[in-house]
Amino acid sequence: MMTLQKVKSKLSKYNGKEIKIMEVCGTHTASIFSSGIRSLLSPKIKLISGPGCPVCVTSASYIDKLAQYSLMENHCVLTFGDMMKVRGSKNSLTEAKAMGGNVMVVYSPLAALDWVVQQKNTQFIFAAVGFETTAPIYALMVRQMIKRKISNLKLLTSIKTILPAMEYICENEEAIDAFLCPGHVSVITGSDIYEDLAIKYKKPFVVGGFEGEHIIAAVYDILKQLQKGEHKVKNMYAEVVSDKGNINALNLLNEYFENFDVYWRGIGKIKKSALRLKKEYAEFDAGSNFEENDEDMPKGCRCCDVILGRINPPECPMFNAGCTPLTAVGPCMVSAEGACGIWYKNR
Amino acid sequence: MCVAIPGKIIELKGDTAKADIMNNICEINIGLVSPKIGDYVLIHAGLAIEVIKKDMAEEMLELFSEIEEAANDDSSESQK
Repeated sequence: MMTLQKVKSKLSKYNGKEIKIMEVCGTHTASIFSSGIRSLLSPKIKLISGPGCPVCVTSASYIDKLAQYSLMENHCVLTFGDMMKVRGSKNSLTEAKAMGGNVMVVYSPLAALDWVVQQKNTQFIFAAVGFETTAPIYALMVRQMIKRKISNLKLLTSIKTILPAMEYICENEEAIDAFLCPGHVSVITGSDIYEDLAIKYKKPFVVGGFEGEHIIAAVYDILKQLQKGEHKVKNMYAEVVSDKGNINALNLLNEYFENFDVYWRGIGKIKKSALRLKKEYAEFDAGSNFEENDEDMPKGCRCCDVILGRINPPECPMFNAGCTPLTAVGPCMVSAEGACGIWYKNR
Repeated sequence: MCVAIPGKIIELKGDTAKADIMNNICEINIGLVSPKIGDYVLIHAGLAIEVIKKDMAEEMLELFSEIEEAANDDSSESQK
């Protein structure tokens, strides 16, 4: 019988071919550091950060637009705190606020509706950023706005879907051997969505939770699969992730949103990798720009290579040499879930 | 941004509920799930996105406690 003592021993003593496992989600990156996972692994098992920080891949022009809204008379931008420090082409929302912009940080968008209805003379713009985990909240907001006849709130959307980005990496980055799939995105999507990629690209896709032990278990399963030449989808976060996902949430997304091709900051255009409100709900959209192209990154910034798993943050020449969380050049350094910021805090 | 935390349902009120999140009582939306009082749910930005399956969670906890014991054994050995 395989005991957990042996699991740890196998992971630390592994001396085969070097393997690279991409943890797609920024929360996994943070947890890997906080739980000291790397110290338990053989140097031949590399954990690579992926594109799973929605703030990091949100375009500069989107942030510019939010900043503009915040400075308009009788307007107020509502946002999650993660978005405050990321710079657009000119300013961040924090800077816009310092210039007199009206920006408020919220934790629960649905709870914020109760407050919005009381401020009828203010036009609110919600910074609707996120992946599949967050997208159902925006669908519920629109449903509530219709039901409660709320007319002073609109969504500026930048909602991305992670599976097309993972396919993009499979197609373009051969060095990645396996994926630690994002746990909370998978709560919504279900684990079956990775089946086609596992078969097509012959790589293991393992859904894992966020405690150190979850991650250890997932990494061990990936190692076992690679040693056996297998490429299966495995759900190791079954307490909240099912094969088919949260059907209510998926139905909501289908009801209010449609897929389209979109640019990812630092990567380029990825087919059908974003969600936007359907035409029948256009009145709730604050003029989201679906054609934005922000391929240009700040000079010297290698966030793109970090997001695609080509380098770890310290390999960027600007890491801690001009680019720090307080003087961030690239978006991966400024966001709480950005790989560079996490590596910097744990350096 | 995809951070989600567990909370225990202590009161149901239509599409909302009161949840105990590490001894903080918060009002959350339960429009996507159908929890009962006493259930644990996974909460993201004020929305319950799934009811936590307790048996599965306990199974993982057992696995984790075994891992922890193994880790403790290792550290005590290394101190010898």
